[in-house]
Amino acid sequence: MSTYPLLSLAIWIPIFAGLVVLATGGDRNASLARVLALAGAVAAFLVTIPLWTGFDTANGGMQFVELGAWIPRFNINYHLGVDGISMLFVILNAFVTIIVVAAGWEVIQTKVSQYNAAFLIMSGLMNGIFTSLDGILFYVFFEASLIPLYLIIGVWGGPKRVYAAFKFFLYTLFGSLLFLIALMYLFIQSGGSFSILEWHKLPIALGAQVWLFLAFLVAFAVKVPMWPVHTWLPDAHVEAPTGGSIVLAAIALKLGAYGFLRFSLPILPDASHELSGLVIALSLIAVVYIGFVALVQEDMKKLVAYSSIAHMGFVTLGFFMFSPMGVEGALVQMVSHGFVSGAMFFCIGVMYDRVHSRQIADYGGVVNKMPKFAALFMLFTMANAGLPATSGFVGEFMVILGAVKFNFWVAFAAASSMVIGAAYSLWMYKRVIFGDVANHHVEELSDINLREFAILGILAIATLWMGLYPQPFTEVMHASVNDLLRHVAISKIQ
Amino acid sequence: MEMQKLYLLVPLAPLIGAMIAGLFCRIIPRWVAHTATIAGVAIAFIASVIIFKDVLAGNTYNGAVYTWLTSGEYKFEVGFLIDTLTTTMMLVVTFVSLMVHIYTIGYMQEDPGYNRFFSYISLFTFSMLMLVMSNNFMQLFFGWEAVGLVSYLLIGFWYTRPTAIFANMKAFLVNRVGDFGFILGIGLVLAFTGSLDYATVFERAPGLVDTTINLFAGREWATVSLMTATCICLFIGAMGKSAQVPLHVWLPDSMEGPTPISALIHAATMVTAGIFMVARMSPLFELSTTALSFVIVIGAITALFMGFLGIIQNDIKRVVAYSTLSQLGYMTVALGASAYSVAIFHLMTHAFFKALLFLGAGSVIIGMHHDQDIRNMGGLRKYMPITWITSLVGSLALIGTPFMSGFYSKDSIIEAVAMSHIPGAGFAYFSVLAGVFVTAFYSFRMYFLVFHGEERFGKAHDAHHHDHDGDHDDEETSHDHHHGLAPGQKPHETPWVVTLPLVLLAIPSVVIGFIAIGPMVFGDYFKGVIFIDHHAHPAMEHLAEEFHGAAAMGIHALTSLPFILALSGVVVSWFFYMKRPDIPAAIQRRFSALHTLLENKYYFDKFNEVVFAGGARLLGKVFWRGGDVAIIDGLIVNGSAKVVGWISSITRLFQTGYVYHYAFTMIIGVFVLMTLWINRA
Repeated sequence: MSTYPLLSLAIWIPIFAGLVVLATGGDRNASLARVLALAGAVAAFLVTIPLWTGFDTANGGMQFVELGAWIPRFNINYHLGVDGISMLFVILNAFVTIIVVAAGWEVIQTKVSQYNAAFLIMSGLMNGIFTSLDGILFYVFFEASLIPLYLIIGVWGGPKRVYAAFKFFLYTLFGSLLFLIALMYLFIQSGGSFSILEWHKLPIALGAQVWLFLAFLVAFAVKVPMWPVHTWLPDAHVEAPTGGSIVLAAIALKLGAYGFLRFSLPILPDASHELSGLVIALSLIAVVYIGFVALVQEDMKKLVAYSSIAHMGFVTLGFFMFSPMGVEGALVQMVSHGFVSGAMFFCIGVMYDRVHSRQIADYGGVVNKMPKFAALFMLFTMANAGLPATSGFVGEFMVILGAVKFNFWVAFAAASSMVIGAAYSLWMYKRVIFGDVANHHVEELSDINLREFAILGILAIATLWMGLYPQPFTEVMHASVNDLLRHVAISKIQ
Repeated sequence: MEMQKLYLLVPLAPLIGAMIAGLFCRIIPRWVAHTATIAGVAIAFIASVIIFKDVLAGNTYNGAVYTWLTSGEYKFEVGFLIDTLTTTMMLVVTFVSLMVHIYTIGYMQEDPGYNRFFSYISLFTFSMLMLVMSNNFMQLFFGWEAVGLVSYLLIGFWYTRPTAIFANMKAFLVNRVGDFGFILGIGLVLAFTGSLDYATVFERAPGLVDTTINLFAGREWATVSLMTATCICLFIGAMGKSAQVPLHVWLPDSMEGPTPISALIHAATMVTAGIFMVARMSPLFELSTTALSFVIVIGAITALFMGFLGIIQNDIKRVVAYSTLSQLGYMTVALGASAYSVAIFHLMTHAFFKALLFLGAGSVIIGMHHDQDIRNMGGLRKYMPITWITSLVGSLALIGTPFMSGFYSKDSIIEAVAMSHIPGAGFAYFSVLAGVFVTAFYSFRMYFLVFHGEERFGKAHDAHHHDHDGDHDDEETSHDHHHGLAPGQKPHETPWVVTLPLVLLAIPSVVIGFIAIGPMVFGDYFKGVIFIDHHAHPAMEHLAEEFHGAAAMGIHALTSLPFILALSGVVVSWFFYMKRPDIPAAIQRRFSALHTLLENKYYFDKFNEVVFAGGARLLGKVFWRGGDVAIIDGLIVNGSAKVVGWISSITRLFQTGYVYHYAFTMIIGVFVLMTLWINRA
């Protein structure tokens, strides 16, 4: 195992790089800002590689732990560590940051340094969320990460960006406040500790567990987002620039789901069991109801945003079945969704950059002009519809199979996404890509350039790799997931 | 060890061919694309032959290639099961695929998507091989969906045609409905046997025969047998893939794809995946007579009612397509009668003669310069002799002429159903018998109209453009580069790359039945592969008692009912379409209501369009406009924002900005406080 503080590096390299990029100033140094940003993102990604290679798959506990006092007066520590649950997300986050910087390369022409800096800083902050083992540290990162995303939407966004940014900010802030109260309560109950790992062992009465669970639920459900607190997401996606959408879908949505595994399940096992029916019901609503909503969207980004919500429904469903298949399937789904939805948003961005419209009706016959793009877009559309051999299949397959054992009708509702998901994905693809050239905008389209091809190509390889050979991804999860489930099975009521 | 490498080579060779032709389709010349893919499939075919011989020598194999995923106590592997059932399928798939590859050189000659097409059909071959070679449900599902994907890509191959891109989406979605059932079936298998490995599942299944599951907790009536539920769920998957009523609607539309794939995917191989799957699962289906009854009834409905639709079609490919549906129904009936080996036997013979018929139809289409309407043909035998003879062979095989391949398989199905006593077998027996007449009638209607009689081509033929009144989506059927023959122009025989596969397919269409029926249906060929509970389902046992060799069976058949029915079908169609063409027209007028019903394909498409497609869109609109926009956003989110705004608009009134207002308020405050302070005692 490495002696370097890898997790700190994963957090602070991108933040530091972001500050350096910011220091390049105005748009006169735009190309320098881009190169520095890319270098920073790549460096940040490289330091996360040893997390994978040096990971001990037999160990279900925290690895690469760093512990130091931060605010001793309140026993708040700078306490970092990753287990099989969080490790993949640190790497995914660092990976997506490279994609995002590359995605904005030619597209963003104003405030270039600020744009790239915002993404780099956000990347570092989100690594902080995935690695924090201290409640307050987690909270600080959790809240701080809102700011760059808020700015990205509010500054580089579309015409209704201010409404979207406010909606996004207020929704998530509302959830966070309840979360903070819950943290305070746990601090007091545990006799003055903010250590998440200690909270895992803390006995709590059922009534208190239920209240805490609801507070966590609101905070995390907004982030996931779960029905019915999901309406900020389509607006945020529609207004966000392509890079913002990618980060939002690929990483930011994972924070809430991660919160369930790090806080709700292990700290409140009894309430989790007690209220699992509620969460499962909300998840299935997300899968079915949102699937139908996605079907009738006229805006491509909205469609993919709604499909994200439906896919995240599988994640929360998987968690609350309390089986290895369910939890691991949900985690796989989270990683896969990072690749696939990121790629989908990028594909839409590619078309938007050329035509400046996201309306499905403004397209048709794109394949005639962009055959390479159409082929790659097809792959991701199919992955979005959960086709085997793509990563999109693995998680859904595991969750559905796990659900059959849990309850046949839950599986039945979840499996309906096989049809609905295919319907909205392929219907959109048909209307946008196939057919005769629809109008002069499509007529003028040029196929993807090398940069766009490289981005989509890398994402395609990731999608296929995970679909054909998911074992390496689940292998690292086993020990931690098994520990978690063993832990959740034990009552904390005394 | 060496054999295992060979197993791996079979699917990988076509995959490599597909990748060469696909990834570099814009760079490489055409000859590279077709050479690479044909070489890949040829290698797969040769390897399949070697493996077949090895299996006949008794060397079966069941093992993993790699571990795909582990989770909890479950393990999912990619692996191969090589036994007689697998090798039969491998031979059929690689042989027909090879023929289609060669044929494509001629058929797609002028198409700009030449390389792409070769890539797709090789990719299909890979997927189909992975499907049939699988040793577990997970990989089966992989192949299952992968062939669906390639089918989707190929139906929509001409992606600028509105009908093609509608048909491919429809095909994919209808198949997904089947897969929805399929994955639940797989889930039940995993939940109760703890494994997806065939061998393990089949070993544990008999112990679960009395297990029941309760669909609604605490309700007596909702308790069903686990095996029945599992088998019906799995069979729903087969209904999608093998186009059984009511999930058959995608197959006729799939004719939008180029003809070679109609032969390969939508006749010979992919659509038979469902049949293969049920035969593979015979140890499960044998445990539930209820599920078998369900299977036999669905198969019987498909066999008969889809046959009727073949009678009124005028597009040459659609006649063959409805014939395929009907024959798939026959295979399904055989499965329901526990005659799994007969179903596979018919699958094999059908693969040869139906691929032949499709490729023959394609050859006619080339000769006719992409006119597909049989009313514009006639007398083609003079101009296209090879196509004529081979098509005749295919038609004779299809209708079950004694001693030809289709006879042995179809007659065995009819006999097996006659001996089956499960609920629904009586209806199925009637259907398959009546189907014999119907099959002979529509097959020879097409044959006579195309190859005999008056030459109707080379005339103005706009009329048929608007003939498919019943189905809006069909109106532009394949008429994109539809030219037809110019006045005075004659059809011509197609080049050797087209006719060679026809001849090579005609040979097994004639002889394979005679050769194979003994060992395959009544011998030990499928011993240890297909399991039949002879006590509960004794049909096959009785059938074997009556079998006295292929020759005797053929001779005996000359006096049997099916032969008389087939013969009368041919005679009636000859009389109707050669002798007295006014009769069919009169019948059509006389029974116009029936004709309209058939023309509209029993209104399945209309129903699906209105109820399912329309319903889903309506539901989406209601959820979106009503739920998300009106209630959640309008009422709750923006509503609470409005409440905040309203409260602050009131409180704002106190902040007037005038110093004397504030001073006055302060004075009142001080006054109140002082009063309270003074009066506190």
